[in-house]
Amino acid sequence: MNPHRRSPWVIAATVLVYFFLYAPIVVLILYSFNASRANVKFEGFITSFSDRVEMDGSFVKASPCGPFHWFCDLSKNDDVLEAAGNTLTIAFVATIISTIIGTMAALALQRYDFKIKPFSQLSLYIPIVIPEIVMGIGILTLFSQTFGWLNEALNLTGDARLSMGIGTVAVSHIAFMVPFVTLVVQARLQGFDKSYEEAAMDLGANEWVTFWRVTFPMILPGVLSGALLAFTLSLDDFVITFFTNGPGSTTLPIYVYGLLRRIITPQVNALSTVWILTVFIAVLLLQWLQSREQKPAHE
Amino acid sequence: MLQRFRENKSMQGTFLALPTTLWLFVLLIIPLFLTMVVSFGQRSPDGDVIYSFSFDNYARLFGYSTDCPDGQASCFDSLYVNILSRSLTLAFNTTLIVILLAYPLAYFIARSHPNRRNMFLFMVLIPLWTNFVIRVYAWMMLLRKEGAINIVIGWVMNLLNIPYTPLEMLYTPGAVLVGMVYEFLPFMILPIYTSLEKIDNSLYEAAADLGANAFRTFLRITLPLSMPGVVAGTILVFIPVMGTFIVSDILGGRQVILVGNLIQRQFLDARDPTFGSAASLILMVMTLIVTYFYTRKFGFGEEIIAA
Repeated sequence: MNPHRRSPWVIAATVLVYFFLYAPIVVLILYSFNASRANVKFEGFITSFSDRVEMDGSFVKASPCGPFHWFCDLSKNDDVLEAAGNTLTIAFVATIISTIIGTMAALALQRYDFKIKPFSQLSLYIPIVIPEIVMGIGILTLFSQTFGWLNEALNLTGDARLSMGIGTVAVSHIAFMVPFVTLVVQARLQGFDKSYEEAAMDLGANEWVTFWRVTFPMILPGVLSGALLAFTLSLDDFVITFFTNGPGSTTLPIYVYGLLRRIITPQVNALSTVWILTVFIAVLLLQWLQSREQKPAHE
Repeated sequence: MLQRFRENKSMQGTFLALPTTLWLFVLLIIPLFLTMVVSFGQRSPDGDVIYSFSFDNYARLFGYSTDCPDGQASCFDSLYVNILSRSLTLAFNTTLIVILLAYPLAYFIARSHPNRRNMFLFMVLIPLWTNFVIRVYAWMMLLRKEGAINIVIGWVMNLLNIPYTPLEMLYTPGAVLVGMVYEFLPFMILPIYTSLEKIDNSLYEAAADLGANAFRTFLRITLPLSMPGVVAGTILVFIPVMGTFIVSDILGGRQVILVGNLIQRQFLDARDPTFGSAASLILMVMTLIVTYFYTRKFGFGEEIIAA
């Protein structure tokens, strides 16, 4: 039996599911070239540089950007730029911290025996089995109660008052990112051949040198894929951010959500298109780097 | 001291695990405990929490009401019970549809040529990496009265000379179901693929040698061996669907209220954190019960991590 033989039904279902996955994204991108401001109606594409764009019922000339009218509009939107900056700042900081402490925990759980080990291992599964909103409101309660109590106890007033912001978002992100880093690195450590480390020790390297020269390079792919997973989780997060952000710490998903509840212009589509393309290019680049690494080096 | 640390393996382990364990303790376990404490409290007139030990919020959630039509002291109000059962039903339906859609695709990828598998998987991941909120928005564009689906149907109907009035598909329970299925489909495809890919080809050859037809092979080999993937996918889909509020908020309007929306509104609009906390704990207990019985029946696969 040919292992790659597939029934036509499976192929038909596959095509349909891929269509289902991609049709909304294609429509979303097409609408970012919409000639209507309201975006309720599709007024056709902005086709050339002389085309007009409907603006509040009347037609105005499209900007010099032509078909990319909404993209130019977007680049002038300070709120979007600020939200993008916040999103990236939070993702970077949270990824670095969660990768470091998550890798440490993976080593501890895989290599050592200690008293709180069962508790440490169990707590990793909490973010997987508990709905995000439950975590979100719990963290919100924790922060608002603690901050309220501290503000009163320390007599903080005005700007000195503790409040939600980028810090609370990043700290909360780390809480749900760490378990994923730890589980990914742990999986990598499970298939680890200890004889390399033993060889290094036999040759006189101490534990510290052995770790940095042997163990770490070998688990590095696991650490990197854990970090990448954590980074994408942070970029994508809506619920936890929704409950822990404050004035000035709006992220892109929160910003888009805010727009959806008010007026929607093709600007949102332009933003989505930029986002999708960025992710697409980043992932392609990563795949390319990975495939280059896996190929044996030619002299 | 340092010497002792160097020799004591248990101390080293504790030291390495401590940051993560502490972080999770402070930001996951203490908040859950606080939520429980708040849920027994009462709301003060200006929206603050008065700490007490009352089950009022839970009673209200399960239908106990003092706001009755004909002068009765108490009566049954089905409002919140309906919200809970609606969320459960939606989560079950979504999971079922997602399994039916994900399975053939995962099977197709697992059985395709190894060189092409990565590309097909990559094609599943692209929509997943497109932001969650943006994906809901995409369905808004498709489903609205002037949206893409109505434009296409209208265009086809026009060709066939059949009169067509655009359907209002947005703000219906169906819209929420489609949105949920779309959001969580990749989370089912990946674990099913992982377990299908592990199946040894020799098993298929043995089945063929022993005269099993394609259907029998699927039923006796493929399906049982892919169950860990289905179980892992179910957990990854069912739990978030139970708690999501954006999909119903944007695609359901005010028509489809789920537990997630109820909780969110208690914290932001209605300003009754005590009732919101009670609802949140009930949501958690509901998902834990379902997950517990489900995994006890089918086992808890490592596919969750693989995804």
